[in-house]
Amino acid sequence: MTRVKTLGLWGLLYRHRVAYTYIAPFYVLFAVFGLFPIVAGLAISFFAWNGLDPMRFVGMQNYLRLLGDGMFWKSMGNTAFIGLIAHIFILGGGLVLAYILNSNLVKFQNGFKTVYFLPMVTSSVASAIVFKTLFGLNNGLINVAIKSLGFEGIDWWGGNGDFVKVAVIVMFSWQWIGWNMVIYLAGMQAISKDIYEAAEIDGANHTQVFFRITVPLLKPIILFTLIQSTIGTLNLFTEPYILTGGASLLGGTDNQAMTAMMYLLNKAPYGNNLYGYASAVAYVISAIIIIVSLINMKVFDRDETAASPARRKK
Amino acid sequence: MILKKTFLYLVLLAIVGLMLLPFYWMLVLSTQPTTAIFQYPPPLWFGDHLVANFAAVGQAVNFVQAFTNSLIVTVLYTVLVLLFCSMGGYAFAMYDFPGREKLFTILLVTMMIPWTAGIIPWFFMMSKFGWINNFLALIIPGAANAFGIFWMRQYCKQNIPASLIDAAKIDGLSEWLIFFRIVAPILASGFAALAIMMVVGQWNNFMQPLLILRDNSLHTLPLMLKYMLGDPARGTDMGALMLASTLVVLPLLVAFLSASHYFMSGLTAGAVKE
Repeated sequence: MTRVKTLGLWGLLYRHRVAYTYIAPFYVLFAVFGLFPIVAGLAISFFAWNGLDPMRFVGMQNYLRLLGDGMFWKSMGNTAFIGLIAHIFILGGGLVLAYILNSNLVKFQNGFKTVYFLPMVTSSVASAIVFKTLFGLNNGLINVAIKSLGFEGIDWWGGNGDFVKVAVIVMFSWQWIGWNMVIYLAGMQAISKDIYEAAEIDGANHTQVFFRITVPLLKPIILFTLIQSTIGTLNLFTEPYILTGGASLLGGTDNQAMTAMMYLLNKAPYGNNLYGYASAVAYVISAIIIIVSLINMKVFDRDETAASPARRKK
Repeated sequence: MILKKTFLYLVLLAIVGLMLLPFYWMLVLSTQPTTAIFQYPPPLWFGDHLVANFAAVGQAVNFVQAFTNSLIVTVLYTVLVLLFCSMGGYAFAMYDFPGREKLFTILLVTMMIPWTAGIIPWFFMMSKFGWINNFLALIIPGAANAFGIFWMRQYCKQNIPASLIDAAKIDGLSEWLIFFRIVAPILASGFAALAIMMVVGQWNNFMQPLLILRDNSLHTLPLMLKYMLGDPARGTDMGALMLASTLVVLPLLVAFLSASHYFMSGLTAGAVKE
């Protein structure tokens, strides 16, 4: 102990130089490209700045302006709507698919898994280009199918913009359902077979097993995917941007597919150069990510305790 | 019971159809001329325009250049991530040094920060560094990521016996030799999982390159596709665009299909391990 003290800071660093050298890249890169931008972002959000002229301190003005900007709220609403509806499929569908593939009801589990996971290795830009044509007005496969059934084709991208979000939701769900399914499957495989056998002896059917055993036991994993989904949805950008043509960040007809991230990048640096204002937007989006994640954690904690007496009874 | 099973298979197969439909459509349109694509009804089966579409892609963009750019960014990024993350993970797992626990806690905390908060200053930094139109902006900032270190640390702890390292030290091997000759080979499958994550992420990366690479000759493949999708003035050659999309998607798709189990466990490793 006394020897360590006499070494001093430089002595310590020198003695453990190998370990410190090995971990140094992370902390250096993190300080420069992670920590600094986040701190600077908060500072810039209190200024008016176009990136060239001197910065002008405006206090809370950027935040006040943002709260009063209808377009910001519209992009937030779009993001929430797209995220919530898509997650019925991504989360609910992912869970059901994982349950089916984990049970002994079907064969070829690996084949199904592989196909459902395919979109995860596919470039979002390429997929969005394909989905854009699938939803084409006159020659899109989906309208061809609708017309062959005798209905009128849907103007997915135009009209009054009612259907733009549907196309985004369809693509978003297509992309992510396999990812959630594979994660839930891994979680389910960790659940002891004994529990299922006991339930079977007690005469529980699959619906009961799914809701009473599988879902409650998977709660930590579902929570994990929920938090990931929150971040992913609030960063949703490539898909709606390419689906609406890839030429502007305004989200297509009546801004129906303008997400929060598109709104942000449209302020700076891609559309305009309102750096201070865009920083405020980035901070508000980040705050919402944290708040929604905390709410998810709270809700899941409460459910956990509510569910436990039932389990004890069993 | 048989009825129920048939029903389950039908549902699963219907979803297989839905998942594969975009891929099928992309492949079909890759072989069709744009005029046929815009007819009603559109072609549902393969055509004979594949070679012509290849020529059209070659005329519209410099595909080889974009492919090379994507390859450079992806390979350099992945190699650096593997190097820095295995170094960091190895140090946290096998060395005892002052501040280890605290530093590791900091590392874990950084995984929970929403990076969106710093995106504007990040972009401004890149321009101050002269990294606009520079691959370094896509390679360096994320080269030592917290998750990778966390992942490699677990891997080292489980797979490297401390006695092996001690023996190597007694034999007089230098730290670098120990790391590259003894540690690195043991970490091979840990490297593979991390590499899959990084390659898939960087090959398909779109938002960062969109902000950074403004010059056409520096475009990576996703940016090239966006350029081909184009503005209304230039018009879109749909057949060529579909073929180009196919060519962008194909390398990872083939790799995935030939080692799907490996890919799935690799990509979801972070989610599944704690």
